[in-house]
Amino acid sequence: MTEQQALYKYCLRLGDNALVQSYRLSEWCSNAPTLEEDLALVNFALDMTGRAQALLTYAGEVDGNGKTDDDLAYRRGEREFCNHLINEQPNGDFAHTIARLLFVATYEYLFYSELMRSADERLASIAAKVVKESRYHMTHANDWAIRLGNGTDESQRRMQAAIDALWMFTGEMFETDAVDALLRDKNIAVDLGKIKPVWMERITEMVKMSGLSMPEGAYMQSGGLKGIHTEYLGHMLTEMQYLQRAYPDAAW
Amino acid sequence: MDTQLGKWEVFMQAKPGANYIHAGAIHASDKKMALQNARDTYTRRGEGTSIWVVPTDAIVASNPDDNDMFFDPSNDKTYRLPTFYVMPEGAKAI
Repeated sequence: MTEQQALYKYCLRLGDNALVQSYRLSEWCSNAPTLEEDLALVNFALDMTGRAQALLTYAGEVDGNGKTDDDLAYRRGEREFCNHLINEQPNGDFAHTIARLLFVATYEYLFYSELMRSADERLASIAAKVVKESRYHMTHANDWAIRLGNGTDESQRRMQAAIDALWMFTGEMFETDAVDALLRDKNIAVDLGKIKPVWMERITEMVKMSGLSMPEGAYMQSGGLKGIHTEYLGHMLTEMQYLQRAYPDAAW
Repeated sequence: MDTQLGKWEVFMQAKPGANYIHAGAIHASDKKMALQNARDTYTRRGEGTSIWVVPTDAIVASNPDDNDMFFDPSNDKTYRLPTFYVMPEGAKAI
């Protein structure tokens, strides 16, 4: 694997995580518990779309075969997507969405804070923008987790069920492979081993503030990096890519 | 039963030093949520750089029945208006 191939793959991963999250969050449009929360979640979806656009555009440039961000978003099959499984999980109830946002936004805040120091200037400049968004997403999710966790019996039960259910998808966020190793050597990729303990500490603290208990399951699901997904991604892509698949090059 | 959260009025400042202008209202259960909801509802297209949120019930409004007493007396006294002054050059915020 050359550095160019690794960088292409790395940008795809980050871009796919943003794209898949964007899609899931946008599914809340008109369905959130309140109008204000509806706007908030869809705002986050738009943040993610911008992020996906920046990262996939860069991936296409690195690849050098003339692929645009749209080509990468709409013309790749399920097995070619390399997002973390947690991001493709269905929204579930509001507590599940908040739990996912809490886990992922905290991770992204730490991840992109590190990526700002990447030797790759393009990635560093994208990270500088993303880190501000992630900080807000994390705060929003944390505040809701605190409210729901310390709210009624029902909201507490749901919030606990949500973090328990999603816990097994959190380990994968810290998995590394040859792509990471190669780019770590060049000071381009983030050292995930460095952010893992900080993430764990923050999540433990937030869960405690929410009056909940840390999930106990030790089993961690993985596969996203290799393109092996849960049953949910295929359905999402079928819907998301429908137009470009049915009417290639459709534009308006 | 009204299941809405408490109502808050939102005031936005377009740029540092400018007046805070009423933007609208949102619902929220606490100060922090009110600020976030105001941000998410009213600043999506670069409308402002600072936000105030105020619980709606903290606002005291004048009664329309008092409009004669409150507002009419100033209507026919043009000497109350500063229209006879020449605006100094460069005064932008007036």
